[in-house]
Amino acid sequence: MKPTPDAREARLRELMVAAQGGDAQAYAGFLRDLTPFLRAYLRRRLQALPDDVEDLLQETLLAVHNSRHTYDAAQPVSSWAHAIARYKMVDLLRARAGREALHNPLDEEGAELLTEAEPAAAEARRDLRVLLQQLPDRQRLPIELTKIEGLSVAEAARRTGLSESAVKVGVHRGLKLLATLIRKRR
Amino acid sequence: MKTDELIAALAAGTEPVDPRLPLRRLLLATLAGAALGVPLMIGLLGLNPQLAQAAQWPMFWVKLAFAAAVAAAAFAVALRLARPGVPVRRAAGALAIPFVAIWLLAAAALLASVPGEREALVLGSTWSACPLNIGMLSLPALVLALWVLRGLAPTRLRLAGAAAGLLAGGLGATVYTLHCPEMAAPFIGTWYVLGMLVPTVIGAALGSRVLRW
Repeated sequence: MKPTPDAREARLRELMVAAQGGDAQAYAGFLRDLTPFLRAYLRRRLQALPDDVEDLLQETLLAVHNSRHTYDAAQPVSSWAHAIARYKMVDLLRARAGREALHNPLDEEGAELLTEAEPAAAEARRDLRVLLQQLPDRQRLPIELTKIEGLSVAEAARRTGLSESAVKVGVHRGLKLLATLIRKRR
Repeated sequence: MKTDELIAALAAGTEPVDPRLPLRRLLLATLAGAALGVPLMIGLLGLNPQLAQAAQWPMFWVKLAFAAAVAAAAFAVALRLARPGVPVRRAAGALAIPFVAIWLLAAAALLASVPGEREALVLGSTWSACPLNIGMLSLPALVLALWVLRGLAPTRLRLAGAAAGLLAGGLGATVYTLHCPEMAAPFIGTWYVLGMLVPTVIGAALGSRVLRW
């Protein structure tokens, strides 16, 4: 039997709370479980722009990551993720075509997010790796070393000559800047 | 980069985050904003020389409580708007309480007065300076509150900007009570409210631009 949206909500919430506590495995699980629902949601809403779905999904995942401190465990995690996806989608539609592109009413509930999943990834058109090259070294290197090569903060600090806190700040600021670059390029 | 690779990258080396950070940052901005308003008020306007006597009147405390209550209610709304997907309707409804209270007091004062006194109750002697002074005193808090919201994740930018503005307006008005000699509820219900609307309108206008993320 397929899990109900309520069961999915409970599971995702558990993972997210653990992720906020620093559990990397729970966090990867949270993002992996959430992604097919975000993809289905964005595809449903962006029927006129099917080629943008995977890019917007990646942008939404980055936004979820950058605002993970704003999730409050008293709140349904589906409402939180839904509001972020919806915000990024509206932002894209405004940039593309103005408000008139919003044919579908957008006043749906957050719980709707967990009704339908789309596990098959499409090809992203924008390569975040290329965009990453535009960041200054003090942000790009910490991201490449800790996030892509998988080094620890201490190792990345040794490799770059930065302090450990400078590595953490570089990752944090760099991912925010990456989100801004995505936004500015459309 | 494939989406699976992005997920692996985002989760690599996960650091703990504090979900109370939004509360702590907004609280800090509130305290700092109010604290910056005090020297601004003393330097540019001066303390009310009769402050010690004024503090013996209940109306002084009503005025202070009204301004502080608006700030507190706007704080709650702004904090909710800083988190994606949190409903704000009830918190926004609570915002009406201080306004309704001051307007009821104002109506009672106007009804109890004789017709010739009413204009004086509304205009006092400082009505023309009051709204802009409150607006000015709220500016440090407005800048700080918008800055904090920018680092969080508001999804309704205009509303979030307005809430930051009203929070700043409530703080500016709270500080202004230490200068302001007026004691009539109709005055407070008119000019204080207008003064608090100045940063609210500025915040709403700036919100859709400065709060984007």
